[in-house]
Amino acid sequence: MPADLSFEQAPPISVPLRFFLSAPIFGVVAGALLSWWGADVVTSRWLGETLALTHLLVAGFMLQAMTGALFQFLPVAAGCNIARPMLVAATVHPLLAAAALLLPLGLAGGIAIALRVAAALFLFAVAIVVVATGRALLRTPAQGATVLALRLAVGGLAITVLLGTALADGLAGHRSWPLVDLTSIHVAWGLGGWALVLLAGVSYFVVPMFQLTPPYPPRFARWLPLLLLAVLLVWSLQLIVPIPQQLVLICGMALAGAFSATTLWLQQRRRRRIRDPVFWFFRLAMSCLLAAALLAAGVALLPALHDEASVAWILGVLLIPGVFVSAINGMLYKIVPFISWLHLQRLALPGTPVPNVLDLLPGSAMRAQMILHLLAMVLLLMSAVWPSIVTLAGVAFATSSAWLGVNLSRAVWRYVRARGRIGASERGR
Amino acid sequence: MTVTQPLHTHHKHCDELFALAEEGVHRLRWDQCIGQFALFRGELEGHFATEEQLLFPAFEAANGSTSGPPQVMRIEHQQMRGLMGEMAQALASRSAGAFAGLAETLLVLMQQHNMKEEHILYPMCDRLLAAAQLPVADDLRRRTASTCGE
Repeated sequence: MPADLSFEQAPPISVPLRFFLSAPIFGVVAGALLSWWGADVVTSRWLGETLALTHLLVAGFMLQAMTGALFQFLPVAAGCNIARPMLVAATVHPLLAAAALLLPLGLAGGIAIALRVAAALFLFAVAIVVVATGRALLRTPAQGATVLALRLAVGGLAITVLLGTALADGLAGHRSWPLVDLTSIHVAWGLGGWALVLLAGVSYFVVPMFQLTPPYPPRFARWLPLLLLAVLLVWSLQLIVPIPQQLVLICGMALAGAFSATTLWLQQRRRRRIRDPVFWFFRLAMSCLLAAALLAAGVALLPALHDEASVAWILGVLLIPGVFVSAINGMLYKIVPFISWLHLQRLALPGTPVPNVLDLLPGSAMRAQMILHLLAMVLLLMSAVWPSIVTLAGVAFATSSAWLGVNLSRAVWRYVRARGRIGASERGR
Repeated sequence: MTVTQPLHTHHKHCDELFALAEEGVHRLRWDQCIGQFALFRGELEGHFATEEQLLFPAFEAANGSTSGPPQVMRIEHQQMRGLMGEMAQALASRSAGAFAGLAETLLVLMQQHNMKEEHILYPMCDRLLAAAQLPVADDLRRRTASTCGE
């Protein structure tokens, strides 16, 4: 047997939980600031405030949750564990959190030192994540589309952060970088090479798992991340040679659209008829991805819409809160109660019942927050036409994120109480 | 056919039975779902037995270790047996809420367990036991009502 095949069920629970519980805080801050800044942010994607909000979500909410998920997911999906998870998590978590707060501060306030420090912190923390997860993923004997996607996603994260560091350097004063080109490449690697490839790799696993759907077609699953990688590499060439941008963009959007359509099709063929909040969160995420892919491809074909600020806003809303925040929100509702249950189960004596996942996080709490998230999405999209609504949209998004945080925290609190009861009953024996 | 192919197929069969039992309770069709749950439980127990008494010992003998992946799988089988016991109690007391929570827990546990087996352990078994002529399909047929592997 390969020496490094790890089959442990999970890392210590505090490792992923610290990331999962921090993520919603960035959503609250983003929603509150959106509300505070108001309609201006809808008018340009290049405003410091708009960039700040974007990064609160992508480098705060998303990066926190996705890093935590990597720790939790690797043993199950790839049969490998991150070495010394407590040490890695204890180092990476505060660095990423600090960086994700400093970066928006630097972007919104034009504060060069904040940009530089944030970039340095991201570079250091992400380097640790990439080395730790990359090492585990390269040494695992497990194969398959998920492992391939995870490897590519981790590479995509590294490239995103390297490009982001160059951009921060450019914004902080070294204007020698081609900022516009570099930004479009950074965005493509961040949303496509890291977030979408990771979402695909995780979906290959969790969509059949949670809804009992047929598996993704194996060839599609294997080729999707590779083709996305090819598109990203061609897209990146624009730094040195002219490329047919619209064609490359349409290819990328066709792949994203194919992934979302396949997922929606698989969901239609599910054997589990019960539709829980996670099902709806995933369906929302995939519908937003399909809509974003169609819109972006349409814009590529209609140059008149290129500079339309409302189009950029709609695309941003569909992709970031729509696809990734929704999918993560749903995933957290599965992962947090389940890992809490798993750890309680390990602590309890055999045969002793422990609170099940719905005792830890009731369906009604998830459904109520899901409706608010949906409302926030509708208001955010409507803001493209009526920018004054954005204040209300910000309040809704902040409240929804706070509610997510409360729901997760209550689940963890119930876990802690149950753990205490188990400890007391075993001491009493 | 690989050594573990009948077990792959049987996972899907058990999923189907699980979904039927879960939906039955959701719709409060108690009499119907007691039978469906018993069928599901019997199939899953048979599946565990084939793995624990035939596949895992053969894997461990070929591998020369008893502390590898099968040990984690045995622990998870125990956890699933515990949950199925609680689900049977919830059914007996007509408690749809308790059953739903237990079913949700079992689903995630069972699925992540199956994924680990299908993606990691079974391929290892197929490589190590390719020449062993292990009668997995016969064993599974003997222990369950299913015809997986035929």
